[in-house]
Amino acid sequence: MKEKRTEELICIVCPMGCRLRAEVEQADGETPQVLSVSGNSCPRGARYAKEELTAPTRTVTGTVSIEGGLYRRLPVITSAPIPKDKIFDVMEEIHRAHACAPVQIHDIIIPNVCGLGADVLAARTMEQRSSDDESVFPAGSAGGFDHQGV
Amino acid sequence: MRTCDLVVIGGGSAGMAAAIAAREKGVKDILILERGEETGGILLQCIHNGFGLHTFGEELSGPSYAERFSDQVRSLGIAVETNALVLHLDTDRTLSYVSPRSGFVTLQARCVILAMGCRERPRGAIGIPGARPAGVWTAGAAQRYVNLDGFLPGRRVFILGSGDIGLIMARRMTLEGAKVLGVAELMPYSNGLSRNLKQCLEDFQIPLYLSHTVTDIQGRERVSAVTISQVDENRRPIPGSEKTFAVDTLLLSVGLLPENTLSEEAGIELHPRTRGPVVDEFLQATIPGVFACGNVLHVHDLVDFVTAEGKEAGEAAARFLDAGLPAGPHASVEAGEGISYCLPQRIHTQALPDSLTLSFRVLSPQRNVTLAVEKDGKCIKTLRRRVMLPAEMERLTLQREDLTGLQESLRLRIMDFSQNGRLEEG
Ligand SMILES: Cc1cc2nc3c(=O)[nH]c(=O)nc-3n(C[C@H](O)[C@H](O)[C@H](O)COP(=O)(O)OP(=O)(O)OC[C@H]3O[C@@H](n4cnc5c(N)ncnc54)[C@H](O)[C@@H]3O)c2cc1C
Ligand code: SF4
Repeated sequence: MKEKRTEELICIVCPMGCRLRAEVEQADGETPQVLSVSGNSCPRGARYAKEELTAPTRTVTGTVSIEGGLYRRLPVITSAPIPKDKIFDVMEEIHRAHACAPVQIHDIIIPNVCGLGADVLAARTMEQRSSDDESVFPAGSAGGFDHQGV
Repeated sequence: MRTCDLVVIGGGSAGMAAAIAAREKGVKDILILERGEETGGILLQCIHNGFGLHTFGEELSGPSYAERFSDQVRSLGIAVETNALVLHLDTDRTLSYVSPRSGFVTLQARCVILAMGCRERPRGAIGIPGARPAGVWTAGAAQRYVNLDGFLPGRRVFILGSGDIGLIMARRMTLEGAKVLGVAELMPYSNGLSRNLKQCLEDFQIPLYLSHTVTDIQGRERVSAVTISQVDENRRPIPGSEKTFAVDTLLLSVGLLPENTLSEEAGIELHPRTRGPVVDEFLQATIPGVFACGNVLHVHDLVDFVTAEGKEAGEAAARFLDAGLPAGPHASVEAGEGISYCLPQRIHTQALPDSLTLSFRVLSPQRNVTLAVEKDGKCIKTLRRRVMLPAEMERLTLQREDLTGLQESLRLRIMDFSQNGRLEEG
């Protein structure tokens, strides 16, 4: 038996939060098939609706401890969305990881996390904390009285 | 006295975008003053993703988005002084600041851009009854502790207020191993972005209690429990509806206020609704040569709009310094029925712009309504909107032909507006 229905969902790909409607067809015990999507302001919305109704994924962000950096934590992000039901497994790996300053944005902190094919990357550059604790940015290019642009 | 063509106060997304735009329009002598250790502002602690899809066509985390702009500021050779706290701004655009590097400095600016962002409403501002134990935090402070300092403020958490920071922190604390028992919201609808309700609460089965508020906090030294009650239409707690949760932490996400102490001291007129400066179509405040953008002007939910607004302010400042800006009489822009506020609040009538984008918010959730724009009392345009929520800033662009002949006022309103029930009916 094939059943047709309309699903309403909110696109979470970007903060516009478009309200989507998807026409779905599902046979007993099978993964639903998305026939059409409306309400999306851009193509990403249609792709999101198809994935969310069949195999939902999420990009995971967190922090790892970092030594010698400006802060004690370095923000990290998965290089690609991972299956939604693996979020807590990925977090566990992130909790165990550790980094040392300096770090460049997109440096790989955990390769192939949980064997999911995505890496955990540094989400920012973090310089080493300088010994005199002065402003880290911009190194010597500004401040004081010589503030004239270059 | 030291002088500077353009001083930008605040090095967050708004300030950086403004400085970059001004430099690209030829302003050489620019100084960004930032009280933090680095530029980036609030984004540095917003480690979640979802920033900049519309600016960069890709989805970035807060720190990555900030880094793009910090890099651009650096490569354009724009001067930045960090750890520099601006203490005072005067009507004649002199200002003073302190920093460990320069000590106490007084500066005469030809032009100033206000980009100081906003701050959180504290507990005192909403008057929750009950004890005053430790364990009550604003959500933004908790975000800073968790994301920058790596310290979890509690293990069992309740959140008051469904603003975005509260929703983001509900997910964040859950991922860090805390148990979030629920989020209470005074209004019958959420104040956060829909996407955050979905991916921060629904994804983790965290209950949202609409039309509820915290009516008691228990605990001697540390919070031990919070009690919430349902509220009636007048937002008064309904006796007998109490629910108590054993928690060690209460996070408050009850609203943001533009940071305008400096603006007030300078005698800049603030708007009672936005709590930010009253501005014209150049984002110029009531003191000529002073511009405002980002959260200091009105609280934004999307950084893309903050960046766009910063760019506009920077370009206007460049024009002010170069050829000057049109002066003369202006018409007022009014928020009519159903509209909470509408920006800019004034438009010069003698040199109308080619196009004008209005930013506004609705007072309550609306579904399938018609927006009307009135010029000097006559309706000149109507637009259908499927859904509009108070949590989401709306934009509407008018063309020169819409504005031609404008004298007294431009007014935006919702036709057949009724306060209640729109969303439920639809
Ligand atoms: C928790 C949270 C989550 C968000 N999530 C999203 C999201 O998912 N997606 C999205 O697009 N947008 C999001 N936003 C919205 C958006 O990112 C912000 O509104 C935007 O970054 C604000 O930029 P700003 O420059 O106006 O303010 P800020 O970033 O706050 O910058 C203001 C700067 O001014 C400095 N300053 C203030 N006073 C002084 C002074 N007297 N002297 C010197 N410096 C001073 C401050 O130190 C600060 O660096 C979020 C906002 C918050 C708060
Ligand atoms: S459909 Fe496109 S514009 Fe709308 S929320 Fe999704 S990604 Fe954003």
